[in-house]
Amino acid sequence: MSLNDPKPNPTGIQDKAERNVWLFAFLTFLTVSVAGIVEIVPLFYLDSALPAKNIPGVVWDRGDKSLDDWKEGDGVRPLKPLELAGRDIYQREGCYLCHSQMVRPFRDERERYGHYSLASESMYDHPFQWGSKRTGPDIARLGGKYSDEWHIAHLIAPRSVVPESVMPNYPWLMEGTVDGEQIKAHMSGLRKVGVPYTDADIDSASVITGKTEMEAMVAYLQSLGTMVKFQEGVDYRE
Amino acid sequence: MEAAAEQKYNFGVVRWFAVMTAVYLVVGALVGVYIASELAWPVLNFDSPYLSFGRLRPLHTNAVIFAFGGCILMATGFYTVQRTCNVSLWSNKMAWFTFWGWNLIIVSAVITLPLGLTQAKEYAELEWPIDILIAVVWLSFMINFLMTVATRKTSHIYVSNWFFMGMLIMITLLHVVNSAAIPVGLFKSYSAYSGVQDAMIQWWWGHNAVGFYLTAGFLGIMYYFVPKQANRPVFSYRLSVIHFWALMFGYVWLGAHHLQYTALPDWTGSLGAAVSLAMIIPSWGGAVNGMMTLSGAWDKLRNDYVLRFLIMSLAFYAMSTFEGPVMSIKTVNALSHYTDWTIGHVHSGALGWVAMVGVGALYHLIPKVFHTPLYSDKLVNMHFWTATIGTVIYIVAMWVSGIMQGLMWRAYDEYGTLAYTFAESVEAMHPYYAMRAIGGGIFLLGAVVMLYNIIMTVLQAQKQGTVKAAQTAAVTA
Repeated sequence: MSLNDPKPNPTGIQDKAERNVWLFAFLTFLTVSVAGIVEIVPLFYLDSALPAKNIPGVVWDRGDKSLDDWKEGDGVRPLKPLELAGRDIYQREGCYLCHSQMVRPFRDERERYGHYSLASESMYDHPFQWGSKRTGPDIARLGGKYSDEWHIAHLIAPRSVVPESVMPNYPWLMEGTVDGEQIKAHMSGLRKVGVPYTDADIDSASVITGKTEMEAMVAYLQSLGTMVKFQEGVDYRE
Repeated sequence: MEAAAEQKYNFGVVRWFAVMTAVYLVVGALVGVYIASELAWPVLNFDSPYLSFGRLRPLHTNAVIFAFGGCILMATGFYTVQRTCNVSLWSNKMAWFTFWGWNLIIVSAVITLPLGLTQAKEYAELEWPIDILIAVVWLSFMINFLMTVATRKTSHIYVSNWFFMGMLIMITLLHVVNSAAIPVGLFKSYSAYSGVQDAMIQWWWGHNAVGFYLTAGFLGIMYYFVPKQANRPVFSYRLSVIHFWALMFGYVWLGAHHLQYTALPDWTGSLGAAVSLAMIIPSWGGAVNGMMTLSGAWDKLRNDYVLRFLIMSLAFYAMSTFEGPVMSIKTVNALSHYTDWTIGHVHSGALGWVAMVGVGALYHLIPKVFHTPLYSDKLVNMHFWTATIGTVIYIVAMWVSGIMQGLMWRAYDEYGTLAYTFAESVEAMHPYYAMRAIGGGIFLLGAVVMLYNIIMTVLQAQKQGTVKAAQTAAVTA
């Protein structure tokens, strides 16, 4: 029995491709490349990819200030060493699988979570943490909503503060400690892919050695969404 | 007994991949049922980092996609490319390298993911040393496949090979671009991209892992095993040409529909949604071509349990490729995004289409390469019903919970304030999370039945020495 339709009658380029595997592979490669060139490549150079980055107060105009000089609402800045250590733990534990960090421009999301997210707010996030699922709530603007003590209690035993929660307990964060030297290496790596850390920023990571993973995690969570001070009446998206 | 085929082709590597497929389906589904149960009963996290949901969920997705999916693609790829090209594998050594390399990757995933070593990009979690290994092993699969096609003894390349080649080429491109990262330690790296660009590249990868690995590759399986099992030629050659090129061109655009209303520029998300709608046509082209191959022979479904798997898989394929475009419509997406509906949609594809067509192919393949009938046809039928019922329970639970979540989050009371807290929506999910775990458990039961059936078949072949007999039998040319 032949597998094929009794009358496969290829003509022209299709016939040629079916006779020559390299031509077939080449045509396939061309066909699958088009969308990436149209959809992805422009995001690296079009201003519309980061429409708000030139609005004053969105990206921190740092000058020669240190990370500690930054005040809440000064604009998007790279994470401080302890916050970065917290973000590493956030990724290690797979938090992004249940919590998004991307508020959409809907009325209910504004009331529940806050101002819609800007692309600029994740410009230093390697990789992005927008998430794809809200088994738990969005946490793009979590910073400052709860006290550090609440976060610690919640991370150790979520159901002690939110009875309906299905989040795992993370008691081991109280035991693990962070290593400043390791975070220095992480900051140097991030600098190579475009996060503007200065030598002084990287050197400052030494002091976090010995802090608990819990402290790092809470520092990260408290930083979320606090960087930009949104102004009334400004349209941050085109 | 197919002594002639056994002696002409390399079935050794196919046998190993086939058996590992059955093992990994059980492993992947087991981890899936476990993490589903964790969401229903969080006490199952046992305060252990190695068992916590966030670390096991990537293990589940990697086990089903790369372990189960990879092994069945490689088993069927190596089997069908030889038979449709009428030639033995270009390199046996390279095929064995692919087998051991791929399994080494799976073992590394099982070790590193529970340890929390991850790139934190969905479906691309494995850290950079393993990523490099994936690229090398995948290239060995691709080169061997293309060279086998290049040395074929037939004039034209059969349609199943088009789809396999499409998958091989696109997955190489996706993996290399999406996994680009800067290493900062032996098992720690950061994505080369950030924010909006990283999001788009990630979902270009994420949706095309579905589109090329789990769709094009499995359509390759479909185009060989459906006509073979039904003993009829493919319904329409012309349709396969059209839907192949439309699929290759169209699927790649869809990633952007995962990012609608996010900080991705509006034009990109809308473009992704528009092409998503148009994708109904090539997707259904494949489903129709597969189903209509049975036209005039539908009575075979009455007693051919293997064919039942194949046809049911096409029904689920048609259903989920209709659901997908619907969910990409912006107004629907505003509701469905971030909810369990997405999880249900993925599983109607993964359980209903990918697993069923893979399982059907496996049941066809095992007797051919072990030269003995299946140990039990009744168990195949039992597997068919458990797989179907389990899948239906799963996706119904997720439809209800997903749509309910979406509606609760946006509900307002008569005073114009939000009607529900987020925690209330979590509480409302509990019965559906339990139902999902039960549906998954039923599906898992079927996978265990298959593993048992296949092990018994292999033992039966071993006892009777059928493989050796086929290798040494006198063959008249």
